Amino acid sequence: MEAFREHQGSVAALPYVNVDTDQIIPKQFLKRVERTGFGQFLFFNWRFLDDNRENPDFPLNQPHMKGASILISDHNFGCGSSREHAAWALKDYGFQVVIAPSFGDIFYNNSFKNGLLPLRMPETLVQSWLEKGQSHSFQLHVNLQEQTVTDESGAIHTFEIDPYWKNMLVYGLDEIGVTLQYEDYIRAYEKAE
Amino acid sequence: MGKTIIEKIWDRHMVYQEEGKPDLMYIDLHLVHEVTSPQAFEGLRLAGRNVRRPDLTYATMDHNVPTKDRESITDIIAKKQMDVLVDNCKDFGVELAGLDSPNNGIVHIIGPELGLTQPGKTIVCGDSHTSTHGAFGALAFGIGTSEVEHVLAAQSLWQNRPQTMEVRIDGRLSPGVSAKDIILALIAKYGVNFGSGHVVEYRGEAIRGLTMEERMTICNMSIEGGARAGLISPDQVTFDYLEGRPNVEQGEAYQEQVEAWKELATDADATFDSTLVLDASDVKPMITWGTNPGQGVAIDGEVPSPEDGKTGAEQRGIQQSLDYMALTPGTKMTDISIEHVFLGSCTNARISDLREAAKYLKGKKVAPGVRALVVPGSMQVKRQAEDEGLAEVFIDAGFDWRAAGCSMCLGMNPDQVPEGERCASTSNRNFEGRQGKGARTHLMSPIMAAAAAVHGRFVDVREVEAQEHA
Ligand code: SF4
Repeated sequence: MEAFREHQGSVAALPYVNVDTDQIIPKQFLKRVERTGFGQFLFFNWRFLDDNRENPDFPLNQPHMKGASILISDHNFGCGSSREHAAWALKDYGFQVVIAPSFGDIFYNNSFKNGLLPLRMPETLVQSWLEKGQSHSFQLHVNLQEQTVTDESGAIHTFEIDPYWKNMLVYGLDEIGVTLQYEDYIRAYEKAE
Repeated sequence: MGKTIIEKIWDRHMVYQEEGKPDLMYIDLHLVHEVTSPQAFEGLRLAGRNVRRPDLTYATMDHNVPTKDRESITDIIAKKQMDVLVDNCKDFGVELAGLDSPNNGIVHIIGPELGLTQPGKTIVCGDSHTSTHGAFGALAFGIGTSEVEHVLAAQSLWQNRPQTMEVRIDGRLSPGVSAKDIILALIAKYGVNFGSGHVVEYRGEAIRGLTMEERMTICNMSIEGGARAGLISPDQVTFDYLEGRPNVEQGEAYQEQVEAWKELATDADATFDSTLVLDASDVKPMITWGTNPGQGVAIDGEVPSPEDGKTGAEQRGIQQSLDYMALTPGTKMTDISIEHVFLGSCTNARISDLREAAKYLKGKKVAPGVRALVVPGSMQVKRQAEDEGLAEVFIDAGFDWRAAGCSMCLGMNPDQVPEGERCASTSNRNFEGRQGKGARTHLMSPIMAAAAAVHGRFVDVREVEAQEHA
């Protein structure tokens, strides 16, 4: 697992509800057998027009959102299909953090495993960032160790995170390697069955 | 105090528990398919790891597979993904129901068919509709590829104890109304998020009255309500279904097994963290109009307007969907016409689904201008339908009769809905572009889809049946 401690970056605002993983990475790109190279296909059907030009109406194509590394979206982000390709695509495109009021459960788990930090933050705060992000570029500073997000005014917002996943991310641990240290317990369970 | 089936299964699978950590849970069955596994096997290889329990792992290919000319696959990238699965299964000693296997089919259809799915098991698969297996009283949930790798290597997973939710379906279904309508009505009523963070147990009179195949349809769509998993306490219906299947005990040993399974059901005095209720007798045939499975109405209803949304987010969601679906508020659902019909998917492509649709279609014809496709959920279902003469009914009606696979449920293979066209579909997701870029999907039951095929528009099967039998 890739380590994550702190991150400062600019925001891309995607003010849609229920963004499902079919939208994040459409099915035509799931046939690859690698983990890499999915960023170019991120939000493909929204990002590009039929002739493969960029869709000028899609939020992420707005000049002030280019180069953003923090994605903010609305409720139930990443719902639907379990495809981890969604987390790979976001990460490969350059996102380090995704902020939303709520997430699809499987996507939420998948993100951690790829060093992409999913943050649940209060709806009113997210709404205000989504609105601001429509027309302005702005920065946020995320500190995982402290569990805080600091905005440009210096206001500090805290977030909750499972201590287990926090630890995994902060130290960039190999989860399977960690689990295999419990081999004795796994074997004991299998024996008892 | 008594325990729910969820707690019973959870506690029995605890490998290791420590304050401040998720629980390390043992996994009894790991189902694998071609799309979400290649990177996991590659990860094992890079780390020099093995599959810990190939005997608890079972693979199939379903998402990519063409449903005709399966022998000559033209999509080379899809072909490669299937070949990679064949190689991985060979290298790591995992049993595979490949394209040439009589057991091949959609992962969530073949697990129960083969008796791999059993009460009390923990079951995972790199696929969100793994909840289907919960119909047997198993704790079954979808996982991502990193977790697939984790289970391959360690046969266990770190999981936070879920919240428990009771979804009680009282009453009885009216004629023309099916299990699909129950789950669509539930999600329409409570939203695509109602089960978030929860494992749901479906209970109540209506659920007890359902067959195993109908129960699978309900559990299948738990993820569409945001739940981590959905299950049903096993009963005689469950035990009868499994008896005699491969991979279950036979004879007397089976009866002993059944006695043990009976202990799993939720105790009478158990409590849940939350409860939702739905009366099955109020449920009408349902149909979705929008781009998430919660955007559904009864067939006698109308396309809603953004003002009907209770929250700002919901209003924005309705507008987004109306634009994509090219629908005007106030349009009667029965005035919407279609160009495609898809009868298939892990939600509704079992033999009983095909029987329902065929019963309706017998002696009728698909409307001019409608392309209709029926894709059995497994090769076993396909053979059975052919033996029972159902295939003939479909073909006579003008349906295309195909081999098993996910097919037009997600259109990873050549079966797609063209841009801007409308499809009546028995699958579980109506997301934008799900069945093809720009495709417009309406979810419904098999009999409603069959009726739509014949009429070229959505119709209320209750009225049609009443007229035709008058
Ligand atoms: S039929 Fe559809 S929902 Fe079911 S496993 Fe296949 S793609 Fe997924």
